[in-house]
Amino acid sequence: MASVTLEKINKVFGHTHIIKDVDLKVGDGEFVVFVGPSGCGKSTLLRLIAGLESITGGELKIADGVVNDLPPRERGVGMVFQSYALYPHMSVYENMAFGLKLAKMANETVDDRVMATARILQLEDLLHRKPKELSGGQRQRVAMGRAMAREPRILLFDEPLSNLDASLRVQMRNEIARLHHRLGSTMIYVTHDQVEAMTLADKIVVLREGRIEQVGSPQTLYQQPATKFVAGFIGSPTMNFMPAELLGSDDKGCKVKAPGLGELALPQDASGETRGAVLTLGVRPEHLRLAEAEGENSFEIVNVEYLGNEVYVYLEPKAGDTLLIHRSEAPSRWDIGQRVALVPDLEHVHLFDTHDRALDLIKRRQAA
Amino acid sequence: MNQYQLIKLAKRVGLYALIAVVMVYAIFPFYYAVITSLKPSSELFRVDFWLSSLDFGNYVQIFTQKSFVRAIFNSILISFSVVIIALLLGITASYALGRVRFRGRTTVMLTILGVSMFPQVAVLSGLFEVIRALNLYNNPGGLILSYTIFTLPFTVWVLTTFMRQLPMELEEAAIMDGATPWVTITKVFLPLMWPAMATTGLLAFIAAWNEFLFALTFTLTDDQRTVPVAIALISGGSQHELPWGPIMAASVTVTVPLVVLVMIFQRRIVSGLTAGAVKG
Repeated sequence: MASVTLEKINKVFGHTHIIKDVDLKVGDGEFVVFVGPSGCGKSTLLRLIAGLESITGGELKIADGVVNDLPPRERGVGMVFQSYALYPHMSVYENMAFGLKLAKMANETVDDRVMATARILQLEDLLHRKPKELSGGQRQRVAMGRAMAREPRILLFDEPLSNLDASLRVQMRNEIARLHHRLGSTMIYVTHDQVEAMTLADKIVVLREGRIEQVGSPQTLYQQPATKFVAGFIGSPTMNFMPAELLGSDDKGCKVKAPGLGELALPQDASGETRGAVLTLGVRPEHLRLAEAEGENSFEIVNVEYLGNEVYVYLEPKAGDTLLIHRSEAPSRWDIGQRVALVPDLEHVHLFDTHDRALDLIKRRQAA
Repeated sequence: MNQYQLIKLAKRVGLYALIAVVMVYAIFPFYYAVITSLKPSSELFRVDFWLSSLDFGNYVQIFTQKSFVRAIFNSILISFSVVIIALLLGITASYALGRVRFRGRTTVMLTILGVSMFPQVAVLSGLFEVIRALNLYNNPGGLILSYTIFTLPFTVWVLTTFMRQLPMELEEAAIMDGATPWVTITKVFLPLMWPAMATTGLLAFIAAWNEFLFALTFTLTDDQRTVPVAIALISGGSQHELPWGPIMAASVTVTVPLVVLVMIFQRRIVSGLTAGAVKG
C-alpha cells in the first residue's frame, strides 16, 4: 500500500503531446478511476505509472520515492490488462506463480502466496486449468490474481471489464469493489464507462485531451461538474444542454432566456459575464418536468422509451436540434406526437459560461 | 437422373481425375525410384510399373560402403546444426525486429528479404574465399556457415511475422511480472511459437539436407561429403557404367527421413505457414 503523487507529468510521442502537465495525488488505500473518452490519455497515464512507458517530463512518486527511472518490477505495482494477457501455455497456478518465481522466492513462499490469492478470488478449484478452459469472468479473476500475488503496493487496472458481457460486467464490478474493501490497497482503474467510474471510485479523475478536467468524488462530479464536458460525460442519460442568453445579473443570481423555456431566474453568479452573452444551460433528465403545453413554449415528443422502472421521453426543440431527454418514473402519461412544456427544476440547473466552465452558485460563494 | 445431377457427377469425376494426374506427376518419380532400387542389377533396364522382385542387394551395397555411411552422418550433423543455429538466431532476431522499435527496422527487414533472393551461384566464389580465409574448407563448419546464411533470412522473416502477432499485452504482462527480455522470449514466447518454429526448422532442415552446389564446392575428400554429393559421385565398375541400382537405393534412403519428418509436422507446417499470411 502506498500513495502515488504525479507532479507536472508530461508524455510526448514523436510530435504528439499526449499527457500535459498532469498533477494528481492518489491517497493511500484510495480507489481512483481515470475516465474519459477514447484518446484522452487515460491509458497512457496508467502505463506511465506502471512503468511501461517512459515519462517525458515531471516527477512520479510512489510512497515518497521518485520512481521515474525504475523498471516496473521495482515500483511495486501490479497490473490487470484489458485482454487479460494470461500466459496461454501455463496453468492458473503457474500464471500466478510466474512473477513470484522470477523474484526468486522460496518455493514455499510462492505456494503460500498463490494459495492465499486463489482463496481470496475463489480460484482454488481452477488452479490446474489452462486459460483456454476458463470462462471470461474466471480469466478476469486469474488476471487479477496474477497482479495481486506479488503483493504490489498499487494495483492498476486497464479497462479490465470491457471484454465481458453486460451481466458479467456488473458482477465483476461488484467483486472488484468488494476486493478493494477487503484488501484496502491503493487501486487505480482506467475505464471509458462512466457507470463503472461512478460505482467504483472514491475519487474520479476526468481526463480530456491529456489534461485533467476535474477531480472529485462521484457525488461532486455529478452534482457540481466544473465544466460542460464533465457535466455531459458523467450521468446517463446525458445532461441536456440548451443555449441561454444572459439578460442580467444581481446579487441574488442571474436571469437568462432560453428558447422554449422562457425567462428563468437562476441562483448562479454571472456577474463576470456581459449581458447578452450566450451561455449554456445544463439540466439533467431527472430535473426536468413535463407539463401541458401552453403558449409558444412547447416541445414535440418524438420518442418514448419504456425501461420498466423508468421512462425516457425524447423531445425535439426544433427540427434537427439535439434531442432533449426527460426521465421519470414509469408509467408515463405522455405519448409520441404530443406537445409539452418543459419546467426545469431551478435548484438543480447548471449554467456554463462561454468557455464552458460552470458558474458558481451565489450561496456557495457567500458561504466561502 | 436429371441433368443437374449429371453435371454434378461430371464435375466430381473431373476433380478426381485432376487430382489423380497431379498425384501421378508428383509421386511417380519417387515410386519408380523405390521400385528400381529393389531390383537386382540384371533386371534394371526392364520397364516395370509394379514391384516385380524384392531384392535388397542395392541397399546392402550402399550401406557397406564406408563413405556413404559417413556422408549420412555428415548430412545429419550439418542439417541439425543449421536448424539449431538458424532457430536460435532467428528467434532472437525476430524479437528485436518484431518487438523492439528502432530506426531502420524496415530497412533491415527488406535487406533480409533481399538477401534471401540472391542466387547461390552469385555468392559462390565470394563465399569460397570466406571459407578459405576462415580455414573451414573441406570441413562441416564451412557448410554449416554457408547454409545458415541462406536459411536465416527465411527463418527470421517468418518468425518475425509470427512474433508480431503475439499480443503486445502478453509481453507487457511479463514485464510487469519482472521478466527480462531473455526470460520473456524463452518462458513466454517460445512455448507459443512452436508451430512457427516447427515450420521454419523443417524447411531449413530440408534445404540443408538437399543442398548440392555448396556441398560439392566446399568439400574435397570422401569423408567430408554430404549425401547429395555422395550419391552423385557413386560410380560403377567402369567409366561407362552408371550404377542405377545403388543410386536409387541411396536416394530412397535419404528421402525417407524427410517424408517421415514432414508427415509428423504437416499439421503444424500448414498452421505455421498460414499464420503469418492473413495479418501482416
